[in-house]
This record gives sequence, C-alpha cells and structure tokens, in this order.
Amino acid sequence: MRHIISILIENEAGALSRVAGLFSARAYNIESLTVAPTEDPTLSRMTIVTEGTDRIVEQIIKQLNKLIDVVKLLDLSEGPHIEREMMLIKVKAATMAQREDVKRLSDIFRGNIIDVTPTTFTIELTGSGQKIDSFIEALAEHKIIETVRSGVSGIGRGEKSLQV
Amino acid sequence: MELSGAEILVRSLKDEGVEFLFGYPGGSVLHIYDALYRQDDVKHILVRHEQAATHAADGYARATGKPGVVLVTSGPGVTNAVTGIATAHMDSIPMVVITGQVPSAVIGSDAFQEVDAVGITRPCVKHNFLVKDVTKLAETIKKAFYVATTGRPGPVVIDVPKDMTDPTIKIPYHYPDKVTMRSYQPTIKGHSGQIKRAVDLLLTAKKPMIYSGGGVVLGNASEELRTFVRHLGYPITQTLMGLGSYPASDPQSLGMLGMHGTYEANMAMHDCDVLIAIGARFDDRVTGKIAEFCPDAKIIHIDIDPSSISKTITVDIPIVGEVSGVLQEMNHLLVTGKKEPKKKALAEWWKTINAWRATNCMNYDRSSEHIKPQRAIEIVHEITGGDAYITSDVGQHQMWAAQYYGFEKPNRWINSGGLGTMGFGLPAAMGVQLAYPEATVACVTGEGSIQMCIQELSTCLQYGLPIKIIALNNRYLGMVRQWQEFFYENRYSSSYMESLPDFVKLAESYGHVGIRIEDPKDLQAELERGFAMKDRLVFFDIVTDQTENVYPMIRAGKAHNEMHLSPYGGELPQDPQRELS
Repeated sequence: MRHIISILIENEAGALSRVAGLFSARAYNIESLTVAPTEDPTLSRMTIVTEGTDRIVEQIIKQLNKLIDVVKLLDLSEGPHIEREMMLIKVKAATMAQREDVKRLSDIFRGNIIDVTPTTFTIELTGSGQKIDSFIEALAEHKIIETVRSGVSGIGRGEKSLQV
Repeated sequence: MELSGAEILVRSLKDEGVEFLFGYPGGSVLHIYDALYRQDDVKHILVRHEQAATHAADGYARATGKPGVVLVTSGPGVTNAVTGIATAHMDSIPMVVITGQVPSAVIGSDAFQEVDAVGITRPCVKHNFLVKDVTKLAETIKKAFYVATTGRPGPVVIDVPKDMTDPTIKIPYHYPDKVTMRSYQPTIKGHSGQIKRAVDLLLTAKKPMIYSGGGVVLGNASEELRTFVRHLGYPITQTLMGLGSYPASDPQSLGMLGMHGTYEANMAMHDCDVLIAIGARFDDRVTGKIAEFCPDAKIIHIDIDPSSISKTITVDIPIVGEVSGVLQEMNHLLVTGKKEPKKKALAEWWKTINAWRATNCMNYDRSSEHIKPQRAIEIVHEITGGDAYITSDVGQHQMWAAQYYGFEKPNRWINSGGLGTMGFGLPAAMGVQLAYPEATVACVTGEGSIQMCIQELSTCLQYGLPIKIIALNNRYLGMVRQWQEFFYENRYSSSYMESLPDFVKLAESYGHVGIRIEDPKDLQAELERGFAMKDRLVFFDIVTDQTENVYPMIRAGKAHNEMHLSPYGGELPQDPQRELS
C-alpha cells in the first residue's frame, strides 16, 4: 500500500542524507521526497511517499524513528489527510488553435498560466498526484516541452497535527 | 578557564571519565596529540593500524561495559577504522570515535588525506557529528557519549576539522553534566500491561523456551535473568552474543542455539509452545528458515530497540524497554502472583529435552592421533577455571570457543558476532587486558584470522600485555573449507593457506614467547606451561586436525530440526532426521 510519511527533522547538515541513505541501504521504495524548513528554523518538514506491505512500512517507520535527527513522525495515510503536489509544465503553444486549447484545459484544471512566449505556455498546477497525472493526459495532443513536479506535501485534516 | 579546541577535546574526555584512548596520529589530529602529550589523565594507546584501535576500544567496552574511545586521523585513518566501527555497530557496542578532518576551509576540495568521514561512516554508526563551531565541541562530545551509551548502544563518530583544534584560539571551557536532545529519547521502561500479559502467557506454557541474547550482557541484566529462569524452572538457550549471561554449567542451560547450536536447544526451539526472547534480535544465524521458526509458539520479545520487534519474526507480545527493568518487574509479578508454572507439563517437557540431550551432540573423536581443536578449548577452560576473558576471531575456532569454553559469567566472551570480522580477536584482547591487567585474557584464533591484525603483537610488547594467543592452526580457512566440503563437493577453492610463517619465530621476533604444539599428548602440559607465564604474551601455534568440522550444523535456510550432527554423538531418541555428512 502507498503511505505518506510526514517527518519533523532537525534542520542539520546531512539530515536529508540520513533519510535518503536509510531508504537505499535497506532497499525501501521511495516514490517522492520533499523537504523544506518550517516556521521554526531549527526544524525541517519532510514528506515521503513510499510503497510497501504493512510489515515493510512498519519497519520503515521504526527505522526512521531510530534516526537520531528525527524529532517526530506521522503516517498520514493512517487518518484523513490532504495531499498536494505542484507542477510546472511547459507546453508548445504556437498556433492560435494550440493556444486556445491549452488555455481551455488549464482553466478546466484550475491551472495558472505563469509564463507566455510566442510559442510556449508555462502552467502552474496544484492538486493531488492523480489530478496532475490527469492534466498531463489531457495534454496528450500537445507537445509537452518540460514538466517539473514538486513531489507530494501532506497534512492531516482537522485538529490533528505534527508538531514538537 | 580558557582552552584551545584540542585541549577542550582532551579535557572533555577526562571529564567523561575516559581511561584509555586507542589511536594513531596523523596530520589532522596533531594539535590533539600535542594536547595529549601535555597531560597524564587520558592514556593514549598507540596501535599499529587504525582497525586495531577500534577493535581494542570495542574489546574494552565489551569487557567493562564502558564506552571505548578512539582517535584517528583523516582520510586513510578513517577508512581503516570503518571495519571496526561497523563491527561495533552490528553488535551494539558503545564507542566514541574521534576522526580528524582537513581544515573547514578546504573541506570538499579533495585536500590531502580528505575523505567524507561523516558520509562514509553514516550507515555503520548510531549517529555522527561534524564539528563546525569550536564553542560547541564540548557539548558535542557529551552528546556523543550520551547517544553511544543509552538506549540500544552503538558507535558514534565525531569528525573534527583541524581548525577546530587550533592551539592559538582559546575559548572558555565548560563540560556539561548532562545533555537533553528533543529528537533522542530512548524508551527505557517496559509497558506494565504488556509485561503482565507476557507473564500470564508464560505461565500457561506446557513447552516453554527462553532465548536470550547480547542485550542481557549489554543491559547488565544477568542477575535478573538468573532469578527469572530459576524461578520458572524453564529451559534457556543463548545466542552467540548472549553466552555467559546465564551460566553454561547450569542444568537449565541448553547451550547455544542456531546454526552451530546444540541439538537439544534447536529441537526445543522447534517444538516449544511459548518462546520468550530476551535482548535477542532473531538473527538469521539463529532462526534458520523463517517460515519454520518455532512453528507452534506464541512469542514474547523484550528489546530496547523498537525496530528489532517484528523485524524478521512477528511476535505476539512485544515489550520495548531495558531488559533489566522488564525482568525485575516480571520477577516481582512471578513472586507475588498466585499462578505457578504448569509443573506436570514441565516435567514431561524436561523429559523430552533430556532425551535430546542424551544424544551428546557435542561429542567428538577423543582418541584421534591429531590434536582436536575442541580439546584445546576444553583444556583452556580447565587451566583458567572458566574465568578467563576469551576473545576470538571469526571462523571454526570461534564456534569451538563458543561451544566448548563454557562461559559462566557475562562480559567474558568477546567476539564479532554480527559482522563476523576476522582480525578482531587480538586487538580486542588488548583492550580487555588494559582494562583488567591482572585477568587472564586469551585470544582464540586461527592461522587465517590472526594474520589479519598480527601487527598488533608490536603494540602488545609496547604496553606489556600478557595475552595468550591460542591459534588453532589447521592450515585451512576452516569454516570456508567446511562449507566447501558440505556444499561444493570438496572443491577447496582458495581455502588452503600455503606459505604460513613460522609463528614461533614470528612471536619471538616481536619479543614474545612462541610455543608450537603438534602432538595431542603434549597439549595439556604445553598449554599449562604457557599459561603459567603470567607476565608474557604467549603465542600457542597448535597444529590441529585439518578435517575437523563444527557440529551440529544447520545449513543456511534450513529449519531448527534439520541438523547435520557429528558422527561421534550418541543415538537419537526418536525418528531420526539426522543427516550425516
């Protein structure tokens, strides 16, 4: 099963490599990993999307908890949660027909066109991984020049939170 | 008090109560060595190779329970130390390793003797630090000792760039009494509800089994274990790492289990209905085939490391906490509770076990014209009264030492169980002998393993360490040869050692005593003669039977009840599944 693990980790040099190294050393899957500082500059928040049997995911969580730099950890998949991913996508839009169609699809998916040239549109799109996949599919008839995906960020719904 | 970084480092070690620092100097640590020169509190032991520094510190830690401390230089100093760090990591040995690093300003520039020490050691340490600010040095050292010695112990590396020890920069010194880390708070106390459930389950057992490991030694819980085992009257088996935490001579002890465990221990594991694992981690050398591990048993597992629980074997009642505290609580419940063990069922169980025991699986050919390695170990036990510190290398000799020495006390058996590091024995013995100058320390080794750190004979002379080296010399890498005999139709690929040195002359050239023993008739007298030389290192080159194998043996991936047994054992009680080789 797919799991989204949210981690609060000391904002120390090398902390990211401890996590990444753990996944490669123990041959765990890693689908995506995002990390950035939080409102508390001494802490980073990391979101890892991984896949495995219950037994493997249990080990992943225990091994992550064992890392000295990991302060707190939560398997978001255990409860109601929100996940979002951001994509920047550059599409060829040279003819009037292309420009209209790309604009129309972007509107349908509630994307924002953030950069325009005579031949390209760059669109910013936020949503679940599934929505982003669907948008890429919808653009099948167009020439995609470049895609950049942020990886998943997640947060628990309601009162539930991951904090020190 | 204002001190330089180098002085702070040395002073911090003193304030931490460090007796010995095992190390080897080099460019990046010269400021530290200069600070060491100007004090007498921390004794530096100069080894001949950085690997030996880590093993010596490791041996010291295993014998005393105190953290071993190492100092090596950057680059090759670090890479040479990695084997010893990984050895300590696999066996959860508390150790603090200080590695020199090139100056901060040139880190990343491929400077002379630069290596990414934090990166290289990351997968084989409990934690590591890179010191970037000299004002944090003392605190970092305190943290390193705290992390290394608490929870599940392990090695911690502190990488110290040369500019952090600059003698011209002096800052105020303060060594903290304690540190707290929000991200590191190991669970110490077991959950009382789980402990009660475990005791209830234990008392329902008809065929119980206790399986204890190195956690009992590390957690200093031998007393509690003895009380626990004796109160219940249940059989106990121990892992390679646990030997000594319960006396081998006790009638309730079934000896070691696993790949080279006793027939009775492995059969009892296979047939038991309740298993309690105490400070053991279900290593593959212990479990054999996972799918057929204790097929009928409910399993209780006590471990301080949550990640050990249900890692390979799913358990029914996990208890995370320090073994000693958990056992104390269990003992209290057993003494004050109303329920008793099932006496009648237990008597039946012991009857079955004693029938397994009667196979005398550890017997060997006692009338051979060759020296039997097992006999050599038995004689060492007799001469030392079973009270010596025995270190070992890795291979057949290691298994024979584990099987035939008969450890009565914890911390006496010092071997590389997890990583299986050849070359461990001699330097580990140095650490033990330094800690206990009056004790008898013997290193059981082979002619293969001893050559992996033989240069330490020089260190032993420098510090006057009267270690007894028992080299069981069968001219083969014996365990490799045994596997080749069993599984590769006797194709002895690169397991025969030609061109061995004359070990007697070699020992003598290092200023020690060498004794070669070839005839079984001389074995006892020559060992006695050598052990009587209390103040000399004696290298016994014992020429043993080349064809001897370690029995019993479970092939990798086979179940506990599928053992190869020695042809010299007794009759099997029932329906033999005996595979004679």
